[in-house]
Amino acid sequence: MNDKIKVTIDGIECWTEEGKYIIDVAKENGIYIPSLCHMEGIKPAGSCRICNVQINGRNMTACSTPAADGMNIESNIPELEEMRKAIVEVMFVAGNHFCPACEKSGNCELQALGYRYQMMVPRFPYEFPEKGVNADSKYIYHDRNRCIICKRCVRSIMKDGKHVFALNGRGGEKLHVEIDTDLASQLTEAEAQEAMDICPVGAILKKERGYYSPIGERKFDKAPIGSEIENK
Amino acid sequence: MKDKVQNIIGEYQNDKNRLMDILIDIQAEFKCIPAEAIETIAGQLIMSKADVRQTLSFYHFFTTEPTGKYTVYLNDSVVAEMMGRNEIAKAFENEIGVKFGSVTDDGLVGLFNTADIGMNDQEPAALINGVPFTNLTISKVKELVAGFKAGREVKDMVGKCGDGMNADERIMSMVNSNCQRKHGSILCLEYEVGSALKRAVNITREAVIETMRSSNLRGRGGAGFPAGLKWEFCRKSGGDINYLVCNADEGEPGTFKDRVLLTEMPEQMFEGMVIAGYAIDADEGVLYLRAEYYYLKAYLEDVLQKMRNDNLLGDKILDVEGFNFDIRIQMGAGAYVCGEESALIESMEGKRGEPRNRPPFPVQSGYHNEPTVVNNVETLSTVVKIILHSADWFKAIGTRESAGTKVLSISGDCKNPGVYEVEYGISVNEMLEMVGATSVQAVQVAGPSGACIGPDKFNQTIAFEDLATGGAMIVIGKDRDLLKEVVLNYISFFIDESCGSCAPCRSLTLILKNKFLKLLNGYGTMKDIDELYSWGKYMKQANRCGLGQTAANPILTTIENFRPLYEALVKTDDEFVSEFNMDKAVEASCKYVDRIPNVH
Ligand SMILES: Cc1cc2nc3c(=O)[nH]c(=O)nc-3n(C[C@H](O)[C@H](O)[C@H](O)COP(=O)(O)O)c2cc1C
Ligand code: SF4
Ligand code: SF4
Ligand code: FES
Repeated sequence: MNDKIKVTIDGIECWTEEGKYIIDVAKENGIYIPSLCHMEGIKPAGSCRICNVQINGRNMTACSTPAADGMNIESNIPELEEMRKAIVEVMFVAGNHFCPACEKSGNCELQALGYRYQMMVPRFPYEFPEKGVNADSKYIYHDRNRCIICKRCVRSIMKDGKHVFALNGRGGEKLHVEIDTDLASQLTEAEAQEAMDICPVGAILKKERGYYSPIGERKFDKAPIGSEIENK
Repeated sequence: MKDKVQNIIGEYQNDKNRLMDILIDIQAEFKCIPAEAIETIAGQLIMSKADVRQTLSFYHFFTTEPTGKYTVYLNDSVVAEMMGRNEIAKAFENEIGVKFGSVTDDGLVGLFNTADIGMNDQEPAALINGVPFTNLTISKVKELVAGFKAGREVKDMVGKCGDGMNADERIMSMVNSNCQRKHGSILCLEYEVGSALKRAVNITREAVIETMRSSNLRGRGGAGFPAGLKWEFCRKSGGDINYLVCNADEGEPGTFKDRVLLTEMPEQMFEGMVIAGYAIDADEGVLYLRAEYYYLKAYLEDVLQKMRNDNLLGDKILDVEGFNFDIRIQMGAGAYVCGEESALIESMEGKRGEPRNRPPFPVQSGYHNEPTVVNNVETLSTVVKIILHSADWFKAIGTRESAGTKVLSISGDCKNPGVYEVEYGISVNEMLEMVGATSVQAVQVAGPSGACIGPDKFNQTIAFEDLATGGAMIVIGKDRDLLKEVVLNYISFFIDESCGSCAPCRSLTLILKNKFLKLLNGYGTMKDIDELYSWGKYMKQANRCGLGQTAANPILTTIENFRPLYEALVKTDDEFVSEFNMDKAVEASCKYVDRIPNVH
């Protein structure tokens, strides 16, 4: 057990333990694989598809694929970077991401990836969909127009062992994240803050406090996304 | 209501994993799943209401609102439209006085659209309270509506039964099996039920797997994975319990051959399941049956009971000590993606049918996280004949890489639509001749997820190494508007059926559709065609499962094979044509001030 295995990521040899997800192995070795739905320590969703890497010519998501001995993984190749940029753009047009008016600006991982990929304007036409907001519970404000359905909240926010957030519907237009209003009303302020913090975008906000740290002084305002891994 | 709901949940031992069955039974009892029932389920299974709705809202046939004493689900897939379903829809609307998507005020009739129901060879067709009505005509619609108004039982309105076993008293359906080659060379061969199983249990489990391996039997559900290898992986996974699942979800538009195998020779499929169960050392087998085939359920249950009585199923099968294997039927509730094997497993566990991330593969960790083999109906049926006749006999049929026969579901613009068992290696031209198709513009091979090919490729053959198909072959005549009548319908199909998990499958499909519509509506440029193509390519690259990876195929393969049709839509040499329509943009505001848009 716990024997070390070797994988190669973009030509760099990485030693790790069997079973670790590729994205985490990469991180340990100073390689940033862009991601949006990944959350270390919880069951992978594999839903944003941004972390797709190539293993033996096959695309696999780095957040959900365990490293195996001898794997040769390619991540930083034009074909994948191009696809990642396209996915980021898809997310921008599929929702309503008006960054200057969003409390999450500067802390938003989608916005930060937009910068990383130097997206000036999405190549796809804006869809300006109208999706609802839910402000029925005490501390949570949920703006579905910004939700990228990464399922982080669905997977991790529980109250009394039950899911507070859940998917609803199927198919491109109908699918959305639903809040269980009864349960959400029981969340403490700290739990609501936790929900806001795990949301990569500004879809879950905590009510009653905004712009506590000014725009310009936020996480990705200071250092671009991934730099904390790449510059280690 | 609460008591009844609690009783239903109790029947499933308060097991969350049986949420599908619980919801199905509740809906059968109340004709919908009302808020009060959701509350009771949530309370008793200790989950949030949102969590219950999470599963419920995934499936097309679950509903929280009453859908009428008579609920009509009319197929709106491509071949249905080709065969005149729109006139039928209009007739229903005229007779009943409400539009599709709604229920009459008195709650008598609800009209709804639904994706392909597996009756492409007898369209237009609808399910009414689960009972199939095929070859609908306007006069038949009038008769049906009169029946609704008179309060008749749906079953009594069926009239004349269809061919073959459809007329059996356990089915009594008007569906036709349309078996066009009664004496096909493998599956359609007559045999004595139980004789293959007797042979199998006389050799070791390993020997059964070895026979499958050397027969080169490849999966008939689409992916073509070698069946013997799959069984061996499962056996070697070293789980406590292994499961065997037969995939009868058959949701690919244009496919209906599994329906015929289930109707005409269910014993053969079940026997194949028992043999597979023996080989992989499973105790439990599950037949996952799509909701659209609910009308076959009682019949299939009865066949299973007969097999139990004959010692072909249950404890100590054929008196072999330690060989216990039983089969239960799991109903689906309307979701094409549940045909994907890991989504199917999720659904069997009472969840949304979202495909899992792989690895792990089902053979490593499947149903209840135990090693699980999922095979198609046709694959498992074929197993029986391989055991009976030998691997070499089987290999001698078909081509080198594609041993055996394929059961094709052929529909569309041809004289004799139906189910055909053919040897692998038959060319599309031969196939077209066989079904009486002249004047052919295109053939949709393997349904929307496959490829749309034109006459220049009709000399290609049906085989894994050439044109692979799960069985759907749709013939599209010369008079059809390929892009409008076929491609657009398929694009919308994938949008509706995406489980929504992957961002590109969920959202890029919508973008592609809008771009496609831009071209169809005459606002397109040559650049739009190229963009449509290059954006479509991302789908293959980025998505998790076969649905998303192939969802752009209707567009991609028609651009490849029918590019002139796209170019004919382009009306200008300009690089950019604005879609912006000023009159439309000010329409709403003009309405408020009582003006007619006139801004030019
Ligand atoms: C979206 C999607 C739908 C599918 N639908 C079916 C189906 O209805 N029936 C089926 O047997 N296989 C279906 N498959 C293929 C299954 O995932 C799986 O490969 C197959 O059931 C394995 O059986 P086989 O090896 O015997 O073909 C589908 C795959 C995808 C991606
Ligand atoms: S609300 Fe936030 S965390 Fe939840 S799915 Fe949407 S984007 Fe992800
Ligand atoms: S590709 Fe589409 S259907 Fe398949 S898992 Fe992803 S979102 Fe679901
Ligand atoms: S981070 Fe892997 S798919 Fe989203």
